[in-house]
Amino acid sequence: MSKIHMRVYRGNSEGGQLKDYDVEVAEGMVVLDAIHNLQATQASDLACRWNCKAGKCGSCSAEVNGKPRLMCMTRLNEFAEGETITVTPMKTFPIMKDLATDVSWNYEVNKRIPPFTPREGADWHWQQKDADRAQEFRKCIECFLCQDTCHVLREHDKKTSFAGPRFFARIASLEMHPIDGLDRTELLKDQHGIGLCNITRCCTEVCPESIRITDNAIIPLKERVVDKYYDPLRMLWSAVTGK
Amino acid sequence: MDTDVRTQKGLGVTLRQDNWWGEPLAIASALITFIVYMTWAALTPTGPHGEIWYKWGSYISPAFSPYISPSWFKWSPAILILWAPAGFRATCYYFRKAYYRAFFQDPPGCAVGEEAREYKGETSFPFILQNLHRYFLYLAILLVINHWIDLAYAFTKEGPKTYYVGVGTLVLLVDTILLTFYVGSCHAWRHLVGGKLDCFSSCPSNNIRYKIWCNVTKINETHGFWAWASLFTVGFADLYVRLVAMGVWTDYKIF
Repeated sequence: MSKIHMRVYRGNSEGGQLKDYDVEVAEGMVVLDAIHNLQATQASDLACRWNCKAGKCGSCSAEVNGKPRLMCMTRLNEFAEGETITVTPMKTFPIMKDLATDVSWNYEVNKRIPPFTPREGADWHWQQKDADRAQEFRKCIECFLCQDTCHVLREHDKKTSFAGPRFFARIASLEMHPIDGLDRTELLKDQHGIGLCNITRCCTEVCPESIRITDNAIIPLKERVVDKYYDPLRMLWSAVTGK
Repeated sequence: MDTDVRTQKGLGVTLRQDNWWGEPLAIASALITFIVYMTWAALTPTGPHGEIWYKWGSYISPAFSPYISPSWFKWSPAILILWAPAGFRATCYYFRKAYYRAFFQDPPGCAVGEEAREYKGETSFPFILQNLHRYFLYLAILLVINHWIDLAYAFTKEGPKTYYVGVGTLVLLVDTILLTFYVGSCHAWRHLVGGKLDCFSSCPSNNIRYKIWCNVTKINETHGFWAWASLFTVGFADLYVRLVAMGVWTDYKIF
């Protein structure tokens, strides 16, 4: 066993601050283990959310040394010996207590996305190559780290007009579905504010499932919006051919 | 002073301890260097005594190709060309990330604070014009075709029947290949060739488009590399032709 120095955010909706702790750790531990150790030995009232400890439930999202990470997937040996490890809650969402934030806004956004709507008379036999694109987005564990790091939400607080990368990935999985018959382009542009995204790729950088959110979801959706609203030649073609 | 790290705001405010500023600084330096050099090169087609600097033998600088110089146009012919590749790169999905971070600090880095200001993203002028990227793509495709024609000429010396391969030929070859990969890995191109389809298996034409889309996707994954590599070779190809034309460098014949 050895000791590491940690600074952990303690507070609630009225405010808070970083508190210093020296925590005993062992080889192979992750940040979440250190937090649990802290809870068990020094701060029994420390709040944090966790569940699977395997990077699959998306519960233990936080910011470790300022970077949005899953605590359970952040190994302590990633840090230099003697380096202070600072753990704070996700900045984009309202705090409940200590490291636990209220992410319910995301579920409200989710409700505003029209669900899978099969085309009338669609052939339900389709091939793996049709499913591959949508399946990438189904890997999402809803940790909301992408939402946390997105500067449109984090810095500009556009929660009323911007859905965020998590939900662009969900909309992409529906829009690219071979049987879905609904067109969500207008919704994307007007209600979910895809134009506010300026492609700075932070969502892709933090995704623990390595989903290529920017390249495979957001940019293809932006291009679909361009097809419908910003391409004069295509609009002319549609007007002439009715397609 | 606000001591609550959750509510602290402002440019550069972050708990990150790595050198997050290194990447935007390096990108800004590289882009400024390229822009300054290409602006000078574009505005300096000839030397002080009228000697031609944009062309040597069958080599032509990529900044001046295709060479269009109508009699009514009194400035450098590069001005008539460079707006197209400049527009393509300025609206490129990779370079957007690069310069939004490096020049606009919007954001300067992931989870790094920004200056408080009204934010409209790409929903209003001028950034709404980013949506015209596919039109610059069409022009870029024409320019790439033109580059291959220029390259064919670069394999000749005194007429089409005299084959010649010099170091300059290889410089232009590498530049043309990298530009082809850069344009071929474009996100808008990826969308147009097949990404816009929802069903790849529904008809034979969609199957062909699926195969093209798969190949474009493979090179699209390294779009940033092609963007930087081709930016460097365009600048270097111009510099090479220019220095050979000036007599500073000698173009060594390979065979």
